[in-house]
Amino acid sequence: MVKSLLLVGVGGQGTILVSRILSEGLVNEGYDVKMSEIHGMAQRGGSVTTQIKFGEKVHSPSINVGEADVLVAFEKVEAARHITQLKKGGTLIVNDEEMYPLPVLAGLEEYPMGVIEELNDKIENIKVINARHIAEELGETRAQNIVMLGTTVKALGIENIDWIKLIKENLPNRVHEVNVKAFEQGLNL
Amino acid sequence: MKKLLTGNEAIARGAYEAGCLVATAYPGTPSTEILENVSKYEEIYSEWSTNEKVALEVGAGASIAGARSLVTMKHVGLNVAADPMFTIAYEGVNGGLIIVTADEPGMHSSQNEQDNRLYAPHAKVAMVEPSDSQECKDFVKHAFEISETFDTPVIFRVTTRVCHSKGIVELGEREEVGVKEYTKDIRKYIMVPANSKAKHIEIENERIPKLREYSNTTPLNRIEWGNRKIGIITNGISYHHAKEVFGDNASYLKIGFSYPLPDKLIKEFAGGVESLYIIEENEPYIENFVKAMGIPCTGKEIFSLCGEISPEIIRQAMLNEDKKETYSLDLKVPSRPPALCAGCPHRGIFYAVSKYKNKIVVTSDIGCYTLGMAPPLGVGDTVICMGAGITAGIGFDKVNTMANRDKKVFGFVGDSTFFHSGMTGLVNAVYNGTNMVMVILDNRITAMTGHQENPGTGKTLSGVESPMVDIEGLVKAIGIKEENIRVIDPYNMEENNKAVKDAIEATEPFVIITKQPCALIKDVQRARRGLHCEVNQETCRKCKTCLRIGCPAISLKNNVVSIDTSLCNGCTVCLQVCPFKAIEYCGESR
Repeated sequence: MVKSLLLVGVGGQGTILVSRILSEGLVNEGYDVKMSEIHGMAQRGGSVTTQIKFGEKVHSPSINVGEADVLVAFEKVEAARHITQLKKGGTLIVNDEEMYPLPVLAGLEEYPMGVIEELNDKIENIKVINARHIAEELGETRAQNIVMLGTTVKALGIENIDWIKLIKENLPNRVHEVNVKAFEQGLNL
Repeated sequence: MKKLLTGNEAIARGAYEAGCLVATAYPGTPSTEILENVSKYEEIYSEWSTNEKVALEVGAGASIAGARSLVTMKHVGLNVAADPMFTIAYEGVNGGLIIVTADEPGMHSSQNEQDNRLYAPHAKVAMVEPSDSQECKDFVKHAFEISETFDTPVIFRVTTRVCHSKGIVELGEREEVGVKEYTKDIRKYIMVPANSKAKHIEIENERIPKLREYSNTTPLNRIEWGNRKIGIITNGISYHHAKEVFGDNASYLKIGFSYPLPDKLIKEFAGGVESLYIIEENEPYIENFVKAMGIPCTGKEIFSLCGEISPEIIRQAMLNEDKKETYSLDLKVPSRPPALCAGCPHRGIFYAVSKYKNKIVVTSDIGCYTLGMAPPLGVGDTVICMGAGITAGIGFDKVNTMANRDKKVFGFVGDSTFFHSGMTGLVNAVYNGTNMVMVILDNRITAMTGHQENPGTGKTLSGVESPMVDIEGLVKAIGIKEENIRVIDPYNMEENNKAVKDAIEATEPFVIITKQPCALIKDVQRARRGLHCEVNQETCRKCKTCLRIGCPAISLKNNVVSIDTSLCNGCTVCLQVCPFKAIEYCGESR
């Protein structure tokens, strides 16, 4: 049984770090893991995606339409952009974060209203979180991605893996405490 | 020991374990991380070369001198390196020589989708194609052995999904092979016609037949018998997509050694299955070979030549399956293309140039500054390849003159692109005369590919200090007159505007060099951390001039213009363009 996890966001939001921690944890647990990411031009404020698949034996690293068991969106319009990847009955975790892409800033396109309402209306298994609010309360805006990690771990039911250790291995000492707290808050949402 | 590695990390690890001693590259997505990882191994000399041709020539020299050598590049880089490759192919090797080409089906960050497998039969060199990270590591060892056994360079062909996917890899130890003895042999290493004629005959009569025999017997090409109703010949990542769809319900001939292709093995496989399919991305490389053997098969009739293949595409093409059930929303989702970052030093000069939009033509080039084409800046008429920002401009300028078109040509190149192949264009501009303006955007880094050192940064790949090549001195030495050169700070709009105005009025080749390091360089970020701009809501008249510079930190929400201070680095371009002095500068630099 292979599980598929799709992480989407905007370049600079820390999706790649979260997928790295997730993959390392899953490998340590003995799963076969494949992770595929698209970057390059996307680093410059573009839309970024990372695909993680794990199970006894994983062949293709690609996740197709209607295949993601869990879709984790670090920004709400990105959830909407990639929603067709989500399996019917799959889980959507969405950060209630609004980042205007350049065509919107330039007044050429519009950022849609009521994204969260529409997602709440259509998706049965949805978890809306405000990672920015949690991270800001902890005093480190950049810990939003680790809040998302906590929520994702819970949704996948893989809390038994030692995530705290992996967070510490992947981040500098001075931000360990705040990120551990961010993870725990994400986990308990 | 097992480790989760990307294909690129695994290739670097393979080079280390195989006793590679020299590795060279020019950065290019999706290949860049190979050399970044190789540089962590002290046993290997590694360098960022100035372009792919240089990289391959350095690698070839190292191979002839006796060292196992690895040269890496993105697919279009092999066009630049094709010149040395076609002749090294005749000379062969001493220490093994691997040429990694990282192709981009799907063009996630490339200007074309060329399939570099076609280079192997053209150049007559062996080719291997790994399908995952473990194979990336293992195949490097095989490729060095193939190279030395058959006296040929080896094309090591990977694609984005192999380079940038992570999989579990079993690590091994390094085997030192040392430097092989070098014996002078001009008939092998000096390709004058008499020697080349002999070499060409030798390749056709000996190397290729031997390699073909090897192709039929190597474990890199293997048959996996399953259900024999469907037989699939496949390569690279397509193998894993096919396995996911069919599992044991099909038989597979997995091609890992793809030039020359294994004729006997293909015949055996085709004879053992009811219907034969070829699953390969882009060109019908395997398919044409199979069909030329007179074996019926199905390939590009049902698979596109364009883009990547996925399990979903295979299911639709071969099983007529519908897409899986999913969700749809009643929302219009705005596009999110990549954009010049907040604080990007390219913004100011682009904004200055954009005011002359209807009076100029802009030939741009490959790098972050390609993004100047996007609205609202909209600076850019052409992008072709590395270096063409200058040279295509020369041609454009000649024709503008013929056609009495009163349009000044501005060519843009970055610092790394200038060293790569912009310099030769500049020499041509001086030598053959052009009235164009060449803008060299010196941001002290190769930025788009993720911050690699280059000859202008003062550091090598391994972090060792090296002389900074002086762009201004070069430009003068090439022959641009002093009065036709402007060296400016692109954060200063007065300097930008003055330089662009002078350039438009110039009647000789004119060069503008902008000097300001990339805003994402760690030291720059640290130094500017306390800096930002803010909009004074009392004096702001919502004229939206600041929105026209296309900065992702500035937004208009609910009729309020504001600056996201977490993104802003206080470059002050917005402050300088605001006609009502409604933007204020805050903070102190560290």
